[in-house]
Amino acid sequence: MSSVAVSKKGFGATVWDYLTTVDHKKLGVMYLLAGTLFFAIAGFEALLMRIQLMVPNNDFVSAGTFNELLTMHGTTMLFLAATPLLFGFMNAVIPLQIGARDVAFPFLNSLGFWMFFLGALFLHLSFFLGGAPDAGWTNYASLALYSPGHGVDFYVLGLQISGAGTLISGINFIVTIITMRAPGMTFMRMPLFTWTSLITSALITFAFPPLTVGLFLMLVDRMFEANFFDHTMGGNTIIWEHLFWIFGHPEVYILVLPAFGLFSEIIPVFARKRLFGYSSMVFATILIGFLGFMVWAHHMFTTGLGATANAIFAVATMAIAVPTGMKVFNWIMTIWGGSVKVTVPMLYALGFIPSFVAGGVTGVMQAAAPLDYQLHDSYFIVAHFHYVIVGGIVTAIFGSMHFYWPIMFNRALSETLGKWTFWIFFIGFHCTFFIQHFLGLMGMPRRVFTYQANQGWDLFNFISSIGAILMAIGVILLVLNIIVSAKSKPLNCRDYWGDGRSLEWAIKTPVPFYNFKQTPLVRGYDPYWLEKHEGNEEGMTYAEPLGEIHMPNNSILPLIMSIGTFVAAFGALYHPDGKSWAIPVLILGLAITVGAMIIRSMKDDLGFHVHVEEIVATEEHLYGKGGNK
Amino acid sequence: MEHTKFTPQSWPDKPEQATMEGKNKFVGIWIFICSDITLFASVFATYLSLKDKGPAGMEYSAAELFELPLAFVMTMLLLTSSLTSVYAMYHMKNYNFKGVQIWMSITVLLGLGFLALEIYEFYHYVHDGFGYTQSAFSSAFFTLVGTHGLHVVIGLVWILCLIFRNAGRGLNLYNAPKYYAASIFWHFIDVVWVFIFTVVYLMGVLG
Amino acid sequence: MGHDTQVQARSKKQYEYDRHHNAVHMRKQVINFAIMIFLTFLAFAVVVADFSTYYIKPLILLLAGIQVVIQLYSYMHMDDKKASHIGVISTFVWFGVVIAFTVFLAFLTIIWW
Repeated sequence: MSSVAVSKKGFGATVWDYLTTVDHKKLGVMYLLAGTLFFAIAGFEALLMRIQLMVPNNDFVSAGTFNELLTMHGTTMLFLAATPLLFGFMNAVIPLQIGARDVAFPFLNSLGFWMFFLGALFLHLSFFLGGAPDAGWTNYASLALYSPGHGVDFYVLGLQISGAGTLISGINFIVTIITMRAPGMTFMRMPLFTWTSLITSALITFAFPPLTVGLFLMLVDRMFEANFFDHTMGGNTIIWEHLFWIFGHPEVYILVLPAFGLFSEIIPVFARKRLFGYSSMVFATILIGFLGFMVWAHHMFTTGLGATANAIFAVATMAIAVPTGMKVFNWIMTIWGGSVKVTVPMLYALGFIPSFVAGGVTGVMQAAAPLDYQLHDSYFIVAHFHYVIVGGIVTAIFGSMHFYWPIMFNRALSETLGKWTFWIFFIGFHCTFFIQHFLGLMGMPRRVFTYQANQGWDLFNFISSIGAILMAIGVILLVLNIIVSAKSKPLNCRDYWGDGRSLEWAIKTPVPFYNFKQTPLVRGYDPYWLEKHEGNEEGMTYAEPLGEIHMPNNSILPLIMSIGTFVAAFGALYHPDGKSWAIPVLILGLAITVGAMIIRSMKDDLGFHVHVEEIVATEEHLYGKGGNK
Repeated sequence: MEHTKFTPQSWPDKPEQATMEGKNKFVGIWIFICSDITLFASVFATYLSLKDKGPAGMEYSAAELFELPLAFVMTMLLLTSSLTSVYAMYHMKNYNFKGVQIWMSITVLLGLGFLALEIYEFYHYVHDGFGYTQSAFSSAFFTLVGTHGLHVVIGLVWILCLIFRNAGRGLNLYNAPKYYAASIFWHFIDVVWVFIFTVVYLMGVLG
Repeated sequence: MGHDTQVQARSKKQYEYDRHHNAVHMRKQVINFAIMIFLTFLAFAVVVADFSTYYIKPLILLLAGIQVVIQLYSYMHMDDKKASHIGVISTFVWFGVVIAFTVFLAFLTIIWW
């Protein structure tokens, strides 16, 4: 199974290659595609919501449908769009950034992707099989237990499968970053994106299990008559809230830390200046990760925990603003005095800083428990989290698409189209969400499908909806940009932006399937910049002579294991309906998964070796005579 | 690497960490255990908050239900199985494949004994009317102890698969990290049991 | 074999030292086992002996904690300074313990009826 890179493949062979791939670069592309698809779906759900809320007493969608839209919008955006898009970048970039050939567990990398994808698919099938979940993305036990139909069951099972995929990938990245760094890359020479991905992966490792437990308890309560949340049988609904938010708060840091890391890569490149305060950035990231586990009850201030508990969590929440602020100041100090080139990624970075800070300060406002009693469940909260999510995470994703497109696809996204996208989306974003702060302060509750006229809310809701339309146009332009770039000429160059600092820019695109032909030697922070400025025109200094390269084999088993869980989920879903085939299907699905696991364990899978002649041939094929030095 | 013929002298002293894949598996199983720590923490915490809670007038309580002698025997079985797996790893360091297989098999037998007693205990409770759906307390008890039991089953299947798959292959640098990872998982299962017998059975009996 | 695998035959002296060291280490593990049996027995005995629960509850939790630390550091080799990346691993495990403790504390104090 060697020399895969050099042969021309037919359509069927290409499909099979992608179904069985364990290559981090291909998986990165697959995550990006899947994430973009779900981003578009969730964005469409939001557009429908905003159309419904454009005028008072609207009947564009029914109340029940509105509940399904708002639940799916939140669930899809956070779990099935943002996370996979960020994973896409982590997969594509991190092995290159640390000078490795792939991640620590390539097979598990593939398994993580397919579990995520099939869980996402399962959740979306709910639209066609009786209705989507409708208890909010937070699925509180009081409402969720009694939601009729199978919607919430789809939520529980779909997220359980998807979440398992995310957990697997999180563990994979931790091990990769710990063990597979190139020689000379100590922890304090790692790029910031690698650092934030390490902390993110640690958060995933610790935060997803409580979600798993919570979802399991909800599953057995709804489908197998357990009594965890039923107070008449001794249960307590607040247990769900605790478990959900013990997961949920670290979850938002899981989303935002990679975004911070991406901006920490983009800003130094386009300010042509080294990142300011590297050690403090690392320290701040670690502190945010740690504190992120100590603040979850700030989502529960109004549930009656008592003044002492509220005070403790309020103070801890305010404390997180400190390391976050450190990072913002460091970014500003990086730009200050630099020779700034305003490309599209830099535009997103410049838009990110004020937007995210605005979201952050409203967060600190809400951290004051007494004020939160007024703001909880109002549009003020909606405004806050959209400012940090869209202003922070979505801008990072859009900007990084432009930034990393050359490495991932050997093409560039159009700068002109990109600038149009940025401005239309950015203006639309502020239009929609800035105004919602005031709606919240005026008392409009969230998760309402309509409102009475003449309360002073009509104009602001209308403006908010216009903003949503602008954002939709921006996203359409981005998709157009992607399609146009597919048809553009390949770049075939190294260091597309000209000012690359870290290892991923040292390699000429298209990246060979084995990444660097010789493991690079890292001589400092910003290793590629160092080499460039020492006059090394040929890329990197290498740590080893050209030799045989050991690569992992492809495998169809991850897809089969994930299909097994998908099948099992159907069995579990229809069991409470008394369907006779439900339990057999459940067992069949589990048998497929366990069977595939046993098959995997029984074979030896030693990968394959790429011989020196093949390496030389691949390099010549990709880059012409002389290869990629 | 699987074709390299080793002697006890050329066999590395830390065989599970002698290859890149081995190091990855070594770090990987530990990070996985970290995720399992928070999993069990969540289930434990849920149990603690729902202990003895049930519908009004419920006659079941921890103090009356749990039998200490049974818990003690189960603990001894699991603790001993932890020691036998350490002994298996000792043989692995000394390149004594037969020793590895024998002591891992004994570990499995002890684990099966533990499981048998646990199934007997559960059957006894269900027979008495204390089933999964009886109350919040029962749901929490069976979920916590059942999750641990499920981990025991997974551990046993894992070790059995290793014993059978490698029976014809012998010890090499490809399967050494696999045995090591399985033994770390098995120790973790014992660690969780220490908390279960303390918090569920001992503190349960105290009332 | 990948060219990152370093395997070479140990010298006879090194080999004999390693075997002796392994045997000594194994004996230590058996002693640790005896200690853990004793701690377990102590915990059960203390409960059966029916002292006041105010004293017993913290005591048996402490005994459990000690036993877990012994398992982690000896059986699971967290004390082995030469193990690959064991410093990072220890940090992760202790962080997990801190989170677990926080979760316990929360569930015991801020869930009410």
